[in-house]
Amino acid sequence: MKSLESILAHHPFFEGLEAEYLALITGCASNVRFEAGQFIYRQDEEANMFYIIREGKVALEVCPPGKQPITVQTVSDGEILGWAWLVPPYHWQFDAQAVELTRAIVLDGRCLRTKCGEDHTLGYELLSRLLPVIGQTMEATRLQLLDIYGNND
Amino acid sequence: MGPLMQSPMTPWPYRIQKIIRETHDTFSLDVAPKDGSAPVTFQPGQFNMLYAFGVGEVPISISGPKPGSQGMIHTIRDVGTVTHALHRLKKDQIVGLRGPFGSAWPIEESKGQDIIIMAGGIGLAPLRSALYALLEQRDQFGEIVLLYGARKPEDLLFTKEFEVWRGKYGVQVKLTVDTADREWHGNVGVVNTLVQRATFDPMNTVAMICGPEVMMRFAVLELKRREVPEEQIFMTMERNMKCAVGFCGHCQFGPVFICKDGPVFRYDRVKQFFGVREI
Repeated sequence: MKSLESILAHHPFFEGLEAEYLALITGCASNVRFEAGQFIYRQDEEANMFYIIREGKVALEVCPPGKQPITVQTVSDGEILGWAWLVPPYHWQFDAQAVELTRAIVLDGRCLRTKCGEDHTLGYELLSRLLPVIGQTMEATRLQLLDIYGNND
Repeated sequence: MGPLMQSPMTPWPYRIQKIIRETHDTFSLDVAPKDGSAPVTFQPGQFNMLYAFGVGEVPISISGPKPGSQGMIHTIRDVGTVTHALHRLKKDQIVGLRGPFGSAWPIEESKGQDIIIMAGGIGLAPLRSALYALLEQRDQFGEIVLLYGARKPEDLLFTKEFEVWRGKYGVQVKLTVDTADREWHGNVGVVNTLVQRATFDPMNTVAMICGPEVMMRFAVLELKRREVPEEQIFMTMERNMKCAVGFCGHCQFGPVFICKDGPVFRYDRVKQFFGVREI
């Protein structure tokens, strides 16, 4: 069985990270499992974690008052779930619910935030990895907003 | 005189032998020559001009049939006056047909390679005929990946065929929609996000893309992030077509005509005009 450090070392998100930092991050990590239908976090809760999905699928949902929840994005194998842990006020903006049995590695965002404050090189390393994730999410969101398959395409 | 002998500007009468309701706004017309002659042959990626008599003519991609079957299937979205008139037609009624026109997907040239078929919305229609051709000689290709996105789950086309493609032919079928409720257990997000979830050898892959131009621009970007070479990316372009044979100039795209030189283009041959506002 692979160790957490080995799994993290081989994940593209942590590719090229110095061993010292990888060991530090591994210290903030643990394995988690969510059953289908289980909420991983809820809107407005404190965002003190982030997740690397090893296997499964998670829906990010918004629930307009009096209406059924709408899924705005799904995150699956190998992808990163959550970046609100790094951006004040550190609150989730959506509900995250496992669509199917999901195994993930959870990282303690509060612990990492503190360590990033103490060591700006680590902060830079993490931010430079997270920014492309945020950028691609924004790019995808803009495309969704365009409604390119609608009648006006 | 059969369909092949006539002027390319003269519609030939075709009888509707079957109408298939695909989604709430999309339907397929399976047509054959009214005089009983064999339908003209086509290559995957080509299109026909369909004429709703007294209303007008529109370019429609050929989406089938499966190899060995008779007829020619055109999948149409009811979005304008002519497509609405075509939607109102009944079985055994007649449409005018000119074609097939244009260039084709590089099926033969792609043998030995992995294949990515990337479609958005009704863009799966011209790619379905390519997929049929690939599956007819499945052992000639490596991985075949279908990445398909639509607006909502109920807008996905040809859903009954996905399990056959997956189960019988080992195609990686990955679907996504822009938005969904909890009834949908698949992916939500734009189609280009599926590229990173697919398994293929980028340097040994041919990608075929069809969908709204904005979608194709980001699809190319994502494929390039995975290091698929530009000369191995093919796409269909769309412009307002009238004559379909390069006479009228309506579909001019930089130095080429979409109808005559396309609609299937190799990306590196059109990239300097792709996404340019003035073209």
